[in-house]
Amino acid sequence: MANEKKGVSRRDFMKTTGIATGTLIGGGIIGGLVGYNVNRDKGTNKTTGNQQGNNSAGQTADHPTNVGLKFFTTMTAFNVLSQATERIFPEDDIGPGAIGLGVPYFIDNQLAGAYGMNAKEYMQGPFADGATTQGYQSRLTRGEIFSQGVEKLDEEAKNRFQKGFAELEPEQMDEILTAFQKGEVEMMAVTSDFFFKLLRQATIEGAYADPIYSGNKNMDGWRMKGFPGHQYGYIGQIESEEFQKIEPQSISSMTHS
Amino acid sequence: MVTTLDKVDVVTVGVGWTGGIVAAECTKAGLKVRGLERGAKRGTENYGMIHDEFRYGIRYELMQNLSKETITFRNTRKMNALPMRMMGSFLLGENLGGSGTHWNGQNWRFLPYDFQIKTMTDEKYGANKLGPDYLLQDWGITYDELEPYFNKFEYTAGISGEDNNPFWGKRSQPYPTPPMKKTPILKRFEKAATNLGYHPFMMPSANLSESYTNPDGKTIAACQYCGFCERFGCEYGAKTSPEVTVVPTALDSGNYDIRFHSNVVEVMKQGNKVTGVRFFDTVTGEEFIQPAEIVVLTSYVLNNAKLLMVSNIGTMYDPDTGRGTLGRNYCYQILPSATGFFEEQFNTFMGAGALGMTIDDFNGDSFDHSDLDFIHGASLSLTQTGQRPIQFNPVPPDTPAWGAEFKKASIYYYTRSLNIGGQGASMPHKENFMSLDPTYKDAYGVPLLQLTYNFTDQDKALHKYLSDKSSEIMKEMGAKTVVAANPLTDYDIVPYQTTHNTGGTVMGSDPAISVVNNWLQHWDAENLFVVGAGNFAHNSGYNPTGTVGALAYRCAEGIINYSKTGGSLV
Repeated sequence: MANEKKGVSRRDFMKTTGIATGTLIGGGIIGGLVGYNVNRDKGTNKTTGNQQGNNSAGQTADHPTNVGLKFFTTMTAFNVLSQATERIFPEDDIGPGAIGLGVPYFIDNQLAGAYGMNAKEYMQGPFADGATTQGYQSRLTRGEIFSQGVEKLDEEAKNRFQKGFAELEPEQMDEILTAFQKGEVEMMAVTSDFFFKLLRQATIEGAYADPIYSGNKNMDGWRMKGFPGHQYGYIGQIESEEFQKIEPQSISSMTHS
Repeated sequence: MVTTLDKVDVVTVGVGWTGGIVAAECTKAGLKVRGLERGAKRGTENYGMIHDEFRYGIRYELMQNLSKETITFRNTRKMNALPMRMMGSFLLGENLGGSGTHWNGQNWRFLPYDFQIKTMTDEKYGANKLGPDYLLQDWGITYDELEPYFNKFEYTAGISGEDNNPFWGKRSQPYPTPPMKKTPILKRFEKAATNLGYHPFMMPSANLSESYTNPDGKTIAACQYCGFCERFGCEYGAKTSPEVTVVPTALDSGNYDIRFHSNVVEVMKQGNKVTGVRFFDTVTGEEFIQPAEIVVLTSYVLNNAKLLMVSNIGTMYDPDTGRGTLGRNYCYQILPSATGFFEEQFNTFMGAGALGMTIDDFNGDSFDHSDLDFIHGASLSLTQTGQRPIQFNPVPPDTPAWGAEFKKASIYYYTRSLNIGGQGASMPHKENFMSLDPTYKDAYGVPLLQLTYNFTDQDKALHKYLSDKSSEIMKEMGAKTVVAANPLTDYDIVPYQTTHNTGGTVMGSDPAISVVNNWLQHWDAENLFVVGAGNFAHNSGYNPTGTVGALAYRCAEGIINYSKTGGSLV
C-alpha cells in the first residue's frame, strides 16, 4: 500500500476508503473521509475555520448533511470519479485539488440535473457519426456517458494493473486517463476522448463555479486564482496600477445578508 | 383549431434590437405594432443574480434551448449535415432582448469601403483579385446614406467613444458620451501601438462611461466595470440593450404590445403580398394566425432566413447554378489573435464588455493589398472584458491540458496573460450558404436550417497576416512569450468563436443577387421587411450590432413610408 511508503496523503486516504467502502455499510464515516473531514496540516480550512464547507447550517458533528450523492449509486464509482478529477486538478502547494474543492460532489450533482439529462440539447434522431467539426453526435446523455466512462476507467485499471482505478498509483491513473484522452479506450456510442473532454471540463467547472453548486469549497478555487467572485463592480479600482487582492464573495451573499 | 387574431398594422417576429427599434419608431409614427416574441419577458430586475459565471457563462442560462430548435451543419456539400446538438461556436440568444441582452457592447459602424466593396476592390486591384468563387457585391447603399441611421442608433444607445480614428467614416455628430476609463492594460496597448506607428483609439462602447438619457427619454446608467457582460445581462441597466431603451419607448406610445411565448412558424403569402404570420403559443400549444398590414422579420439571422425558406418566399440559392438569393452569402467572423504571457500581474478579472483600445490600421482597405492574397482585414483590439476563471485558463505552449503543470500554469497566467484579438472580415464564397435540412425538424415539425460553411483561402490568409500583426504589438507590449493564434483549418462548430453570423437575406440594388432592397423591403413581397445581420452582403472587420442598429432605423423609416404610399420603395 502506498501509505506505508510516505505518510498518509489525502489520496491515500481516498484509496483506503475506496477499499473500505466495500465492507462498510452506510456512508457516514466514508462520506466524511472523502475530501471533507480529513484534518490537514495545511490548505483549505484556514480561511474560514470551518472545515465543513461554506454552509454551517446543513451539518452534524460528523458530516455535512447537505452534501451527498444524487447521481452515482456506489461509493466505488464515486471514488473512481474522485480520483480521476484529482489527477486532472491535483492538490499542490498552491492549494486544494479537485477532491478538496468538492469537485466530485459538484459533478455528481450536475449529472443528476439538466446537464446530466441533456435538457437543453437537441437529442432527436437519426444519430450518425459525424466529422469532429460537427461535434457531439452521441445518442447518450452526459449522465449516461459519465456512468459508462467511470465504469470503463475502473475496468481499464483492472485490465492493465489488476486493481480498481481508485487503488492505483498516480502515474498509473495518469496512464489510463491519457489513454482515454487519446481516444484509445473502446466505449459504446461515444468515444473515450469525448468522455475525457467532458470530465476535464466538468472538473474545471467544479473548481471554479460559485460554491452554491457544491464545488469550489470555501471559495478556495477562486482564492488560488485571484478571482473575487461576485463583486458589485470595480469602478474604484480599475485604474489602479497595482494588482488588487480582493477577498472573494459568493452570489449567495445576494440571498443571505 | 387555428384562432385568427385581430389585424394589426405591423407585426414583428422577435423582439430584440431590430424588433424593438422598428416598434419604437413605428409606434411613435402612430402605427399599431405587435411584437411576437417566442421567449419570455425579462428586464434589469431579472439580472440580480447575474455574477454567476457557471449559470450564465457556462450553462448558457440566457441562450436558446436547443432541444426545441437548432440548426444542422456540414463543412461542405459532400458531407452529411448533422444537428448542432450542443451550443458551441455561436450562442443564440433567447427571450426579450435576444442577443441584444447578452452582447458585450462593442459598437461599430462598418467602413465606407464595406458598402461599396465590389466597386472599390475592382477599381483598385482589378476585377479578379479574389477570383470568381467569391461572391463579392456592393450593398446597394453607401456609408453616407446610412450615416444618419448610425447616428440615430448611437444616440439611442448612448455610445461612449472618441472620434480620433483616421480610418473610419466621417461622423455627423460626436459620440453622445465620452470614452470609458483608460486602464493600465489599455495604456500599455496604446503605447505599444503608437510606438509601432499605428493609431490606437478607445473602442466605441455600449457600456456607458456616464449616465445618459437618450432622445426618447430613456436613461442608461453608468458602467461599474464588474466584468460580467458577454453572456450576461446588466444588473445596473448600464449596458445598452433593447429592454432598457427601445422596448419601453414603444410601450410608452400606447400603440404597442408584445405577445410572449409566441413561436412563429410561417409567414403567410398571397400573390405578391404577405397577409400575416402563423404561430404557436409555446405554453398552451394553441395555434394562431396574426394578420397584419406589414410583416417584419426581426429575429436572429438564422431564423429570419429559415422563416422565409419554410414559407416559400423568394428563390433558394443554388450553389450549382449560382442562381437564387435566399441563403446566399452566409459569412461569419475571422478571429486572428495573439496571446502574451507576462511576468507581472494585471487586474484581468475587472472590466467591461467593450472596454478596450483598437487600431484600424489593418482593417478594410486602410493598407495596400496589392501584394497580399486577401482583401479587407480586421480591427485589432485589446479588450479588458473581465476574465472569469472557468472560461479563462491560459497556458503557454507545451503545457499539458490537465494535471499538476496545467493547474499551476493556468492559475499563474490567469492574471498574467493578455490577448490582442481581431474581428476579421469574412468574404462570401459560393460554397458557404444556408438551406433547409431535409431530415431534422424542430419541436413544431418545421425543418431545421442547414448551414454549409467552411473557412476559405481568403480567410486563412487574412487570419495569418492579422495574427502576425497582433503578435508584433504584443511583443512591443513587453510579453515574455507571445503566441499567435493557430492557423485556420476547417471551421469547427464545437469551440465558441463568435455570435457574428451574417448573410442569407442580403440587401442590394439588384434582385438577382439580393433578397431585400436597401429599405430592407423584400423584392417579392412589398409589405414584408427583413432586417438584421442577415442583410450583410459580407461581414466586416468589426462586431455587427452597430450596423444592425442602423439598418433597423433605416427599415423603420421604410415601413413608415410604405404604410403611407404602398408599393416598392425603390
